[in-house]
Amino acid sequence: MCMYDNRTHILTGLLIVLALVLPAEAQQLGDPISESDIAPWDISISPDGRSLPPGMGSALEGAAIYADKCSACHGDAAKNGPAGSLVGGIGQLTQGQQNRTLGSYWPYSTTVFDYVRRAMPYQSPGSLSDSEVYAVTAYLLHVNGIVSKHYVLDADSLPIIRMPNRDGFISDWPSARQ
Amino acid sequence: MSSSCFSPGTEDRAAGGGLINRRWLLKNSLLAVPVGMVTTQASSDPLRVPEWSSAPGLIQSQYGQPSPFESHVTRPVLGLFPEGFGDGSGVSFTPLEKLAGTITPNGLFFERHHSGIPEIDPGSHEFVIHGLVERPLVFSVSNLLKYPMVTRTAFVECARNSFFNSLQEPQQRSAGELHGLIGNAEWTGVPLAALLEEAHVDLAGSWLLAEGADAAKYSRSIPISKAWEGEVLIAFYQNGERLRPEQGYPMRLVIPGWQGSTSVKWLRRIKVMSDATYARDETSKHTLLQKDGLARQFTFELGVKSTITTPSFGGPPVREGLQQVRGVAWSGAGKIAKVEVSADGGRSWADAVLHGAILPKAMTRFAIAWHWDGSPSILMSRATDDTGAVQPIRTDWYEPFAAGQIYHLNAIQSWGVSQDGEVSNVYV
Ligand code: HEC
Repeated sequence: MCMYDNRTHILTGLLIVLALVLPAEAQQLGDPISESDIAPWDISISPDGRSLPPGMGSALEGAAIYADKCSACHGDAAKNGPAGSLVGGIGQLTQGQQNRTLGSYWPYSTTVFDYVRRAMPYQSPGSLSDSEVYAVTAYLLHVNGIVSKHYVLDADSLPIIRMPNRDGFISDWPSARQ
Repeated sequence: MSSSCFSPGTEDRAAGGGLINRRWLLKNSLLAVPVGMVTTQASSDPLRVPEWSSAPGLIQSQYGQPSPFESHVTRPVLGLFPEGFGDGSGVSFTPLEKLAGTITPNGLFFERHHSGIPEIDPGSHEFVIHGLVERPLVFSVSNLLKYPMVTRTAFVECARNSFFNSLQEPQQRSAGELHGLIGNAEWTGVPLAALLEEAHVDLAGSWLLAEGADAAKYSRSIPISKAWEGEVLIAFYQNGERLRPEQGYPMRLVIPGWQGSTSVKWLRRIKVMSDATYARDETSKHTLLQKDGLARQFTFELGVKSTITTPSFGGPPVREGLQQVRGVAWSGAGKIAKVEVSADGGRSWADAVLHGAILPKAMTRFAIAWHWDGSPSILMSRATDDTGAVQPIRTDWYEPFAAGQIYHLNAIQSWGVSQDGEVSNVYV
């Protein structure tokens, strides 16, 4: 749960804003917009997976997409590519030369889907369909040994995956998850 | 050399290695110039009237440019991936050793982009606030520019700044090439809190997700309490003019004192959330892996830090005699309280003079007089902020961290000066 008393913050904020920033009559120039009109931009996915889109895909399908759209930069089987490896290093974070990858380091599977959909492939982000993003995410999790090649990722099955380094973080700022 | 008659005596020393106290300088202010510049001979040639004094010069221009004689003052550019595999994900460094004062000129302010610089037409840029709000809102840039604005000076520093000094061997790079992923500017914009108010945030709203309109749709989670404190700005202006494209035109967040990457550029969206989103750049990146295998996360505030910029590797060699050692200091927690300088590798320290207004979460200039006797020396600066935090030595900074941990490196910079005056980056 939230560790802050938001009411206090809102009141403090109000006072600061009203006292220091705004003249007597505040500007109100935002236009109302519906959540459905925002949907094309609302691409962030939290660990609870609640805003994951419809669609599905498995590593079997993702392998071909990966080879076609990703391997030139991230290497065959996600190893040793010029834009960095996406595989390996699991369980070795206390060793001298760790290999920090999405498999060994990232705490949540939802972040893989979120990031690939928003930013990859590097030259044409947004060009994959949601099912292709599920499939290539499944492939990346599979080559890291986290899911089998038949595991079908969708809005329900993605967030329940437990990443190897799930408990590897200590927060310097209170968050509901720590 | 005539240096001996201008030399400070032992009673004028502020610390070992030739650091001079202020009193001596005030007493001898006329002599406080580098020894090499004090000529006792009369010049034999009569003064020449140069061509620029003999005919009218260029006409006025619509946008002023630096003198062509300053064309070497540029940002060193560094791609982070081999060509063709991530062009546009890279950095350029503020050339700290070539600048004076505290304000970074807009064309020399460091850059970090994750997917290039978008060319945004402000006429079609939109900004939305949504999520846990009563009234989801969309704003045009022209409307946002009508809101009351505030102005403040703040540095923006990349959490990866100084990462070269995390490497095992000291890299021979200049002050700017080592520590120049920082810039200090006067920002003008609308407090984010004012727009959150307009959208009527639900009580459950405790984090924000801020997102850019670049191809990376760069995104970071920010605790909403930070915005309510009133310091978080949506900036439109930098040093009086509209943001440069590489600084987030037409609008960016500025969160004074926090990891630069939370000051999201090309801001297009704020989503009010009940928790952090755990985006790639707050999990895979910007987390501090410790030796014990655990990584610190949401380490927003940047530590107290300083570096000497004159002398520096890549600058002119040091000359014997009296000179000014100069540098910059800053802290993400508040104001700089003092900067000490050592000329003997940290055995003894003297307080430097702080110049100008000392602003919180902004760059502060320091300087101290130094009489170099020509023997090998090590110059260091150590900043303390008004919370009492002191800049650590490199080995202490590294102590808790795993090999390869590069974020939040605020360790003391040491410059070695060899017998012939050459300056190099050294680890002490
Ligand atoms: C043209 C080269 C290129 C291609 C093709 C490409 N990427 Fe990337 N990828 C990059 C670069 C560059 C980065 C780092 C971006 C940055 O600096 O933030 C990256 C980062 C990533 C990361 C984050 C790595 C980490 O550890 O933080 C993932 C995951 C990823 N890419 C997946 C993919 C997938 C999946 C595809 C195919 C759909 C793909 N990439 C295609 C260049 C590429």
